[in-house]
Amino acid sequence: MKKRPMTLAEKILATKLNRPYVEPGELVEISVDLTLANDITGPLAIKVFEKTGINKVFDPKKIVLVMDHFTPNKDIKSAEQVRVCREFARKYGILHYYEGGRCGIEHALLPEIGLVGPGDIVIGADSHTCTYGALGAFATGVGSTDLAGAWITGKTWFKVPETIKFIYYGKPKPWITGKDLILYTIGDIGVDGALYKAMEFTGEAIKNLSMAERFTMSNMAIEAGGKVGLIEPDKKNLSYIKNRLKREALILKADKKAKYADIKEYDVSKLDLVVALPHLPSNVRFVKELPQKIYIDQVVIGSCTNGRLEDLAIAAKILKGRKVNPNVRCIIIPATPNVYYEAIKKDYLRIFIEAGAIVSPPTCGPCLGGHMGILAKGERAVATTNRNFIGRMGHPESEVYLAGPAVAAASAVLGYIAIPEELGLKEED
Amino acid sequence: MKKIKGKAWKFGDNIDTDVIIPARYLNTTDPEELAKHCMEDADPAFASKVNKGDIIVAGRNFGCGSSREHAPIAIKACGISCVIAESFARIFYRNAFNTGLLILECPEAASEIETGDELEIYPEEGKIINLTKNKIYHTKPLPSFMKEILEDGGLIPHIMKKFR
Ligand code: SF4
Repeated sequence: MKKRPMTLAEKILATKLNRPYVEPGELVEISVDLTLANDITGPLAIKVFEKTGINKVFDPKKIVLVMDHFTPNKDIKSAEQVRVCREFARKYGILHYYEGGRCGIEHALLPEIGLVGPGDIVIGADSHTCTYGALGAFATGVGSTDLAGAWITGKTWFKVPETIKFIYYGKPKPWITGKDLILYTIGDIGVDGALYKAMEFTGEAIKNLSMAERFTMSNMAIEAGGKVGLIEPDKKNLSYIKNRLKREALILKADKKAKYADIKEYDVSKLDLVVALPHLPSNVRFVKELPQKIYIDQVVIGSCTNGRLEDLAIAAKILKGRKVNPNVRCIIIPATPNVYYEAIKKDYLRIFIEAGAIVSPPTCGPCLGGHMGILAKGERAVATTNRNFIGRMGHPESEVYLAGPAVAAASAVLGYIAIPEELGLKEED
Repeated sequence: MKKIKGKAWKFGDNIDTDVIIPARYLNTTDPEELAKHCMEDADPAFASKVNKGDIIVAGRNFGCGSSREHAPIAIKACGISCVIAESFARIFYRNAFNTGLLILECPEAASEIETGDELEIYPEEGKIINLTKNKIYHTKPLPSFMKEILEDGGLIPHIMKKFR
């Protein structure tokens, strides 16, 4: 077999399979470098695993369990689910079990503590496992049964996806972040615009994004139906994994002549701050162009999408010396213990508390309507999370508006969906 | 695979996993508990109206959103025998096969069938008969790998066959 030009997704799969190439549409069985489950999907995977009677996992070092969704355990049932995971971790010597003060939101935590790196094959029983595509890992969400299967065999199967290439160029206006880029993209192609496909994010504007913003973009590939959201490793990526990843990284690039299912180009200099209206992440509008003021009851700044230090920095810049609107509950959730700690050192938490915001411990919490800020009937929230489906943050008749940290923080102050300029803030720095 | 017969329940596009089983009920993995809340945020009375063997018919991107396997489990446990849709979200697609829920991709059937229609399905042949409207639809054939998984009774029995 001769080589042929490949997209990044194809390149990773072929390299790991030790083959000259793979072709979109073919089914491949492949060894996994890491598997992940949480306090919701873990117990189900354990149930499936235990039914098989096989008392051995493929590699206890390659299993990660993060108890992040209902943490700190919100009720007896959730506590029981965590107990099931904890006992499983003890029984099988699972090295990477995270609970309590060691636990952060999985997709912020895993890259931060160096468990994933470029070229890895990762499956996680959580749909936002695609976040690690920002590191150049072929990482995707699966169900609990798929995960249990991999715990037994160390392998999983994939249909090799076709790839859509997204090229971003131009210099973004102030306050625009990766969140605006990805929401705009989903608004353009729709929530099934990349169904069954790999997304490859590239172009000068991507090169200029921080790692935090890249994670945000790859995180939301699933919101367009994508299987993975890949970004080619570059200097920023390498300096991020330095001192974190304890293994050799596999640095791969897409070939110039690779065949793409589609190529989309965006001039980011034309973008303004966006918001996704209920109840789909693709209902995207420029905040400036909203026909009327949309008053809100809650703001949530956090989640695996936008709960990193860079996000809190933007919120702090806007909330500094200002007050959260009396009609609004502003809940800020650092995504990991380390983000929390750094936010203390940088004095962000003091700024938040002085502004009248609530600072929560690292948790998924309200993002999935779990706890720590559930919406009542008819209430509206602006959230930096990734989904605004019906009932996602609480009552089926509540509403979630998705945005980046700048819009969320400005809205918290003004009480309606707003941009920082409305507070007289002109430049980001 | 046996013939299926049941009444259709029609839903729209992008039925997400939060609608299929809201996260507020995910503090359990018990199928019976999950079944009680199946499709609750789209139709609060759904679970109590469904009869065993009934069929969900929906539009594009059914099952989008989270990776929760609780979604196909809830659908199956509340008595639904098959889901027909124009297309499925990819994680839901895997999960359905892995947990033994039959799903069929058929845009024509998905758009024409209405709530209350009596359906008869022959999974092997990929044939859907709408008895009420007197129409026959044909689905795309299942990939042979997926058929193997279904025939083995789900992913785990399939793996066990090779693993032993
Ligand atoms: S923060 Fe939200 S989207 Fe991310 S893993 Fe938690 S529940 Fe899922």
